[in-house]
Amino acid sequence: MGKNNGHIRFVVGLGSCGIAAGAKDLYEELAAKMKSHPAATLTHTSCNGMCFKEPILEVFYPDGNHLMLGNIHKKDVDKVLEPLLTQKPVDEKFVIENSLQPDKVESFRLKQHKIVLENCGVIDPDDIAPYLEKGGYTALKKVLTSMTFEQVIEEMKASGLRGRGGAGFPTGMKWQFARNTQSEKKYMICNADEGDPGAFMDRAVLESDPHRVIEGLIIGGYAIGAHYGYIYVRAEYPLAIKRLKIAITQATERNLLGDNILKSDFSFHLKIKEGAGAFVCGEETALIASIEGERGNPRLRPPFPAVSGLWKHPTNINNVETLASVPWIINNGSAAYASYGTAKSKGTKVFSVAGKIAKGGLVEVDMGIPLRDIIYTIGGGTSSGKPFKAVQLGGPSGGCIPERLLDTPVDYESIAATGAIMGSGGMVVMDADTCIVDVAKFFLTFTQKESCGKCTFCRVGTTRLLEILERIAAGKGVMEDLDKLADLSVKVKDLSLCGLGKTAPNPIITTIKYFRDEYEEHIKDKKCRAAVCKDLIDFAVVEKECTGCHACFKNCPVKAISGTAKAVHHIDQKICIKCGMCYEVCKFNAIFKG
Amino acid sequence: MAQINVEKYIAGYGRTKESAIPILQAIQTDYGYLPMDVLGKVCEESEITKSHLYGVATFYSQFKLTPKGKNAIKICKGTACHVKGADVSIVAFKDQLGINIDQTTENGEFSLETVACLGCCSLAPVVMVNEDVYGGLSSSKVRSTLKKYGKE
Repeated sequence: MGKNNGHIRFVVGLGSCGIAAGAKDLYEELAAKMKSHPAATLTHTSCNGMCFKEPILEVFYPDGNHLMLGNIHKKDVDKVLEPLLTQKPVDEKFVIENSLQPDKVESFRLKQHKIVLENCGVIDPDDIAPYLEKGGYTALKKVLTSMTFEQVIEEMKASGLRGRGGAGFPTGMKWQFARNTQSEKKYMICNADEGDPGAFMDRAVLESDPHRVIEGLIIGGYAIGAHYGYIYVRAEYPLAIKRLKIAITQATERNLLGDNILKSDFSFHLKIKEGAGAFVCGEETALIASIEGERGNPRLRPPFPAVSGLWKHPTNINNVETLASVPWIINNGSAAYASYGTAKSKGTKVFSVAGKIAKGGLVEVDMGIPLRDIIYTIGGGTSSGKPFKAVQLGGPSGGCIPERLLDTPVDYESIAATGAIMGSGGMVVMDADTCIVDVAKFFLTFTQKESCGKCTFCRVGTTRLLEILERIAAGKGVMEDLDKLADLSVKVKDLSLCGLGKTAPNPIITTIKYFRDEYEEHIKDKKCRAAVCKDLIDFAVVEKECTGCHACFKNCPVKAISGTAKAVHHIDQKICIKCGMCYEVCKFNAIFKG
Repeated sequence: MAQINVEKYIAGYGRTKESAIPILQAIQTDYGYLPMDVLGKVCEESEITKSHLYGVATFYSQFKLTPKGKNAIKICKGTACHVKGADVSIVAFKDQLGINIDQTTENGEFSLETVACLGCCSLAPVVMVNEDVYGGLSSSKVRSTLKKYGKE
């Protein structure tokens, strides 16, 4: 990719986040304005992880110099294009990195170590050639020409790679189980049903480097002896689906998929299955039911899918990030991979960091680094500058980790010891303006809605848990409610069949464990210190700050605000629904909430 | 009523229950929702039973049994969007369109729904209109986004 053929190469990041931030408009504007310039070319890549800097433009010069610009929009093109084409300085506010200023380093990139994400934001995901140039499919070639399936499985075991979907089961052992079952037909499935709200690692990998996942999947197929594979992708990720379809066509054209791959005896056929919007389908037996065309109800295990899975054939299911790690391990050796990380958690882990964080984005770090490094060194602390309250790991199955535990290393066991789980890697940062009871209520609203209804304790239990939380948030809770939450949480965990119910109470358990004082404030003092719970707060105009700009008046959806232009406004508490609209639109800090 | 032709769905995806989800997805792409008479016809001409097809259609949140607007607005209710104030943008959408969640405007132009997570968490709060995602929502951004799709 480094070759420019004497051209100045412009590269725009066109991942979903980038496009949402305006990267497509930027790309089109550049295309129109650069048309007449013979010495420059325009291409695209996907996401380099710096979501907080989107849209991102990189420029590579024939002399080897390189510039990375961020927060650059269509309207800025006229300002920067000429200096970029003539290699003159551009407005510093756009510059993230410049090879001529080696001291200018973006702290977000410090402490990161990219294995899974090594090509993300580097290659054009719609073209197989850049992936091949980066050594793509050499691992597949190596496996097919020089390794037995036993050797591949042993290599995976030796690498220490554990399932990145959340459970952390050793990948090599999982492959071994599927290999051990004798059957004429087996299936290899990639679980790309990334349903955790707040997680987007898998989307970014699929959009940025789809061939890497496909290569890992084919190698897995070879190892377990499967000739058919599926990638189950959630329908909310249309761009990932589009790029995967293109990649499968390209790989098939080059005989990297299909019959007798690369003239070997091994054949592998791959299909995409689009999910239809059900969180529970991230659970492997529910995912299998969904591919079979059923409602996504989980099934009792055993038999495990490795023995009887899709259409009762042995089936192995791995997460996107797990499979994306496989080609690197084959190419570089298990020892190289195992040299990163901790004793029990090897390699690297990708996290998506979002919420109240200054620098949100996609992060890949060695296992074992403290959470604090991710939140502060890489993420730059809270976006509001207000005190950090908690980081939520593992989505609805996970838990909230408070400030005092931020030195916890990221590995499966240490995170589990806090009561949270590693999960798939979604990290949502919360500051002093986030109410912890509201967060627990948010997750239970989600799991209650997504419970498939098969198990009573999940179906009814999450409903009762939610009702208690709603009561506390409304200021109608009693202290015994905390005991009821604790008691019912244990029952829902113990008496549910699948991971959804078994982990649904985790957000409640961890928030009560670390933030019991906030629950007690809601119950005893009828107070929400973060000013989030509507029944416990009021909105009022701060008279001395109000300029009478009329913005609150115009935006109030229930006409609860009165006042004429340039005069102090008033909120009628009887009409106010506490939606917070006036607070959001006021530019003069003239609305008080609390 | 015009003859309903479901042959392309059955020929395209298969006639057994394994094909239920892709068939429903294709129908929804064509009609914008799942019309009951089309579903009935699929069952008549394939091996999929009515109870199975209806069971699947009502299990997955993607499927809608009532018509959606020309512009389908999906407001993200993921964790990051929630802590960054998605509720205020939901109020703004409801107020500016004059409809509730899971409703369609009278002129059929817009429909509103909430979804679990669009995976664009670092731009929270976000919304998806048809297949385009918009981030950093505020009430004025809601207004300008709706304007882009022809709302006056």
